Amino acid sequence: MKMNDDRIRWLADGSESLDSEMLREYGQPEAEEAPDAFEMPHPRERRYYHLLHTWTHRRGERLMNRMYSVAVVLICVAICALLIATTADMPRFGDAAPLEDDNLSEFYVEEGYRHTGAANIVTGIILDFRGFDTLGESHVLFIALCTVLMLLYLPKKSDPKTMREWLESEADDRRFEPHADLILQQGAVLLVPLVLVFGVYILLNGHLSPGGGFSGGTVLGAGLILYLLAYGFRKTERFFNFRTYRRLTTSALLFYALSKGYIFFTGANGISNGVGTGRFGAILSGGLLLPLSVAVGLVVACTMYVLYTLFRKGDL
Amino acid sequence: MEALNLLLLAFIVICAVAVSVTKDLLTSIIIFMAQSLAMSVVWILLRAPDLAITEAAVGAGITSLLMFITLKKLHAIRIQGKDSDEDE
Amino acid sequence: MLNALTDHLEEVAALILFGIGFSNLLLNRNMIKKIIGFSMMDSAIYLFLASYGYIRGRLAPILPAETPAPSVTQYVNPLPAGLVLTGIVVSVSSTAIMLALTVRLYRRYHTLNIDEIAMRAKEADEA
Repeated sequence: MKMNDDRIRWLADGSESLDSEMLREYGQPEAEEAPDAFEMPHPRERRYYHLLHTWTHRRGERLMNRMYSVAVVLICVAICALLIATTADMPRFGDAAPLEDDNLSEFYVEEGYRHTGAANIVTGIILDFRGFDTLGESHVLFIALCTVLMLLYLPKKSDPKTMREWLESEADDRRFEPHADLILQQGAVLLVPLVLVFGVYILLNGHLSPGGGFSGGTVLGAGLILYLLAYGFRKTERFFNFRTYRRLTTSALLFYALSKGYIFFTGANGISNGVGTGRFGAILSGGLLLPLSVAVGLVVACTMYVLYTLFRKGDL
Repeated sequence: MEALNLLLLAFIVICAVAVSVTKDLLTSIIIFMAQSLAMSVVWILLRAPDLAITEAAVGAGITSLLMFITLKKLHAIRIQGKDSDEDE
Repeated sequence: MLNALTDHLEEVAALILFGIGFSNLLLNRNMIKKIIGFSMMDSAIYLFLASYGYIRGRLAPILPAETPAPSVTQYVNPLPAGLVLTGIVVSVSSTAIMLALTVRLYRRYHTLNIDEIAMRAKEADEA
């Protein structure tokens, strides 16, 4: 048992502690170098033992690493070649063949706008035909944020250890973040309103032009992060703290779930849901698509912003 | 169009190789960011503008930003550790 | 093989990107490099998937406001774009979780090398 422990320690510490262990166990190392080493108990075995161990720790490890790298590259190349060989059987890139007997895509393109009222077919698919999937995905974002919160949140007043950690991270933030950087602030004066307006435009116009909840939400989140970078936490804390986040996200998710449930319920039972699709191409059209995309966008924007603040400070 | 597509795809693959070759983490993150940006142009060529907007905001914006902030955090912790060692 | 290169340019690029990302994930000891390799694999799969929606010479799937009489021969396939759009946003959250775990591991072990982290975790288990 003890022997085993020693071996583990040697493996862990590398050759230097191995040398000292050998020294303690087998006597003076000079005797090994001396010409009259033959008088020692088992000199040859000892030397081989020593040689083997130094080889294992210096060369052998390197050799194993190299072999591992070669094996990895070989395996990756093999996987790549196999997959590329498989693509030869698939339809050509840019070919219309896969669409020809694809009734679903045909339905989405030709009939979809009558059901959803959306000019952008992709948004119609995401928020209407596959609306349940999008609800699940918003929850994935929410759950990811909860996980990051568990991993990185530093509560302010608790046991001294986390208190110290919190102070350290605050000090880091102070030291490495140039506060009131003039160039950044002047750039942000110009850019932040533009980015935010563009984000709102993408968000609200998702059913008419490229965009929608996800794109608009990420652009809005990026604009908020730029504002935070330029002006610091003191300004953003005024309008965005944990309570705001909680309220916005839960109400958006709840609204999404309730309205989608209402639509599913009425649709499944053949009841008229009272939400028309409106005039095609107008901003207030597409039935529930606009509010749903706003809800998704709010969840995405808040999540992106809060992820950033959690990484930076461990708090909001 | 074909030439631009080929160029962008070659750029993406070269960026991917460069990420694994570079030793410096900051450089590799910046290369990854450039790759995401090229990818968003590829989405436009593939007639998927929704994807292009999302990829430009997510890949080149938020993912890289999170990686930068992680890197900054790690370096900050290391420098602080060194400083406190010197103080003692 | 050469035939595949000319006919399936987009797919071949995506698969090469996948291979590079995978080897990046396996070869590098550094956690941040591993995460970048993982994200690369993500985007390779999105590229592969979305390239099957593309049809040469057709328009993006956005109908004009005036004459909404679409025919399927006019627009590219909108289905892969919808699938990929969901995936891109999910990949951000998975990257964020991985980075948060990296920060925690660094706080505890003061290294980014995965071998060292595994070794010290094993030591801590035995002690």
